[in-house]
Amino acid sequence: MLTDEEKSEIAEELAQAERREQACVEALLAVQKRRGWVSDENLAEIALLLGMTPAELDAVATFYSFVFRKPVGRHVITLCDSMVCWSLGLNPLYEHLKARMGITYGETTKDNRFTLLPASCMGACDRAPVMMIDNDLYGPVEPGAIEGILRKYT
Amino acid sequence: MERPLTKNIRPGQEPLSLVEYEQAGGYLALRKALTSMSPKDVQDAVKASGLRGRGGAGFPTGMKWSFVPLGEHAPKQKYFIVNADEMEPGTFKDRLLLEGDPNLLVEGVILAAYAIQADRAYIFLRQGYTLAAKRLRRAIAEAYAKNYLGKGILGTGYNLDLRLHTSAGRYICGEETALINALEGRRATPRAKPPFPQVSGLWGKPTVVNNVETVMNISPIIANGAEWFKSLSRSVDGGTKVYGVSGRVKRPGAWELPMGTTLRELIEERAGGMQEGFRLRGIIPGGASTDVLLPEHLDVKMDFDSVGKAGSRLGTGTAIVLDDHTCPVGFVHNLEQFFRRESCGWCTPCREGLAWIEQTLRAIESGAGEMSDLDMLAGQCRLLGPGNTFCALAPGAVEPLQSALKYFREDFVRHIKGKKCPWK
Ligand SMILES: Cc1cc2nc3c(=O)[nH]c(=O)nc-3n(C[C@H](O)[C@H](O)[C@H](O)COP(=O)(O)O)c2cc1C
Ligand code: SF4
Ligand code: FES
Repeated sequence: MLTDEEKSEIAEELAQAERREQACVEALLAVQKRRGWVSDENLAEIALLLGMTPAELDAVATFYSFVFRKPVGRHVITLCDSMVCWSLGLNPLYEHLKARMGITYGETTKDNRFTLLPASCMGACDRAPVMMIDNDLYGPVEPGAIEGILRKYT
Repeated sequence: MERPLTKNIRPGQEPLSLVEYEQAGGYLALRKALTSMSPKDVQDAVKASGLRGRGGAGFPTGMKWSFVPLGEHAPKQKYFIVNADEMEPGTFKDRLLLEGDPNLLVEGVILAAYAIQADRAYIFLRQGYTLAAKRLRRAIAEAYAKNYLGKGILGTGYNLDLRLHTSAGRYICGEETALINALEGRRATPRAKPPFPQVSGLWGKPTVVNNVETVMNISPIIANGAEWFKSLSRSVDGGTKVYGVSGRVKRPGAWELPMGTTLRELIEERAGGMQEGFRLRGIIPGGASTDVLLPEHLDVKMDFDSVGKAGSRLGTGTAIVLDDHTCPVGFVHNLEQFFRRESCGWCTPCREGLAWIEQTLRAIESGAGEMSDLDMLAGQCRLLGPGNTFCALAPGAVEPLQSALKYFREDFVRHIKGKKCPWK
């Protein structure tokens, strides 16, 4: 069940939209912001508010890399795996994170603290290699600096 | 040297507030346009400046606007959209502009929307640009508070609403018709053209989509005129350009310079040259979907025609350097992995062709390639070329591949004959 807070944020987005379905990405993200991901049950409820069928909404939701339709950890780490970051040290960074956390791309640590994902260019190629944790951008990231960065996310 | 796009940007500091922006001469152009120029006058001023789109294709901006039907019989509802989806590997110029001077973008939006008589505008911002989103929200709110947006702008009869949409991460959303579908709340696959968006765009209404950097040029052009704009440039295309360099250079970054600055000046002077111990092997001049150039092309001027004559495209004007310690096959494989992942899957040649290309490059890189793969790849480059796919993603994807096959053929052959990557 969506909370009242979620429903009212979606209502605010709907009030500004020209047509109801226009607010669909905003609505999905409003729910994801609070729960980390969007479950089938939540998706169906959002679809109802937007006047879409669940299938229509899921066609949009699954199209985007950053609408999560499966549970994720408390924090999501994304590594840019596009060309500039790849050529400036993505692999050592990835190997370090993998060994440190015992997970590969798409997995979540056992304590549910981190999910690790690859991502396309983050538009910060001048700072390659680049990593994001939730909404925070880091770059250039040296493997040695990772420990200090991770400590900020509990 | 004048830097109309970045003059207000103070690295590492907050952007100017609306009041500071006004003190620096901001919103004078809007005042001038709304009080003494017709929409057609604004269009003509932009046309005369010769401004060409900075989103990659270089389409003349004034001409694009002129396709929008105006006058009594035109549809009343029209839209202006800023394309801030910047997701092409190697491209980070719009981030600098959005974070650095959001007011200049908002003023440009109002001028452009006025020129095509749109009463609603959108900024379509990519996922992950959270700082840009925060600063844009503030600039928009301040513009509403001062009645630069909203009803009866500056006491005239002109009304405009501006909304920020933040996307959720997919490169194809930058293609303008896919972007329009995304804004309507649909799956962001591209649309057939014609009809072009200027005639039938968002919900079938006339719509113009322009790149962030394009829009930021509008206010300076209205304020200072076409001749001034042309005089900024070192080539036939007017204005300045925000160029960038990334890869193994000493000082990667982005700089506003006269249009027509050479690759040599960008790489050797601005970016400080290659890092110690690394040599330059190749350059992708304008984002991942442009053909590779070689060190022999360093004296090419970075303007639309000159880069075209050298066999590539200016694209977004942000160059990526390939160094001699990086495997060129791995480099191209990484690129095609991006395009394969980001293909929207709508049309068969792109969906299947990019997958085939990516797997073949992976095989060659790991030592399992065959000589016949090179002909197959060259054939795919033709099959995915212009005219064979639904949108320009696929033709863009094969540009760096076709030139890598030409310029780095011996590296491909060494992988195949030696059955391993010589860089590993
Ligand atoms: C796959 C693909 C991605 C694109 N991404 C962007 C983008 O992120 N930003 C952009 O301004 N233009 C992008 N474009 C180009 C747009 O379709 C369009 O030409 C441009 O926004 C027009 O603006 P301009 O005339 O000001 O250059 C992309 C095109 C394609 C085919
Ligand atoms: S070329 Fe690729 S991205 Fe463009 S419509 Fe076809 S499948 Fe989609
Ligand atoms: S390639 Fe990693 S941020 Fe652009």
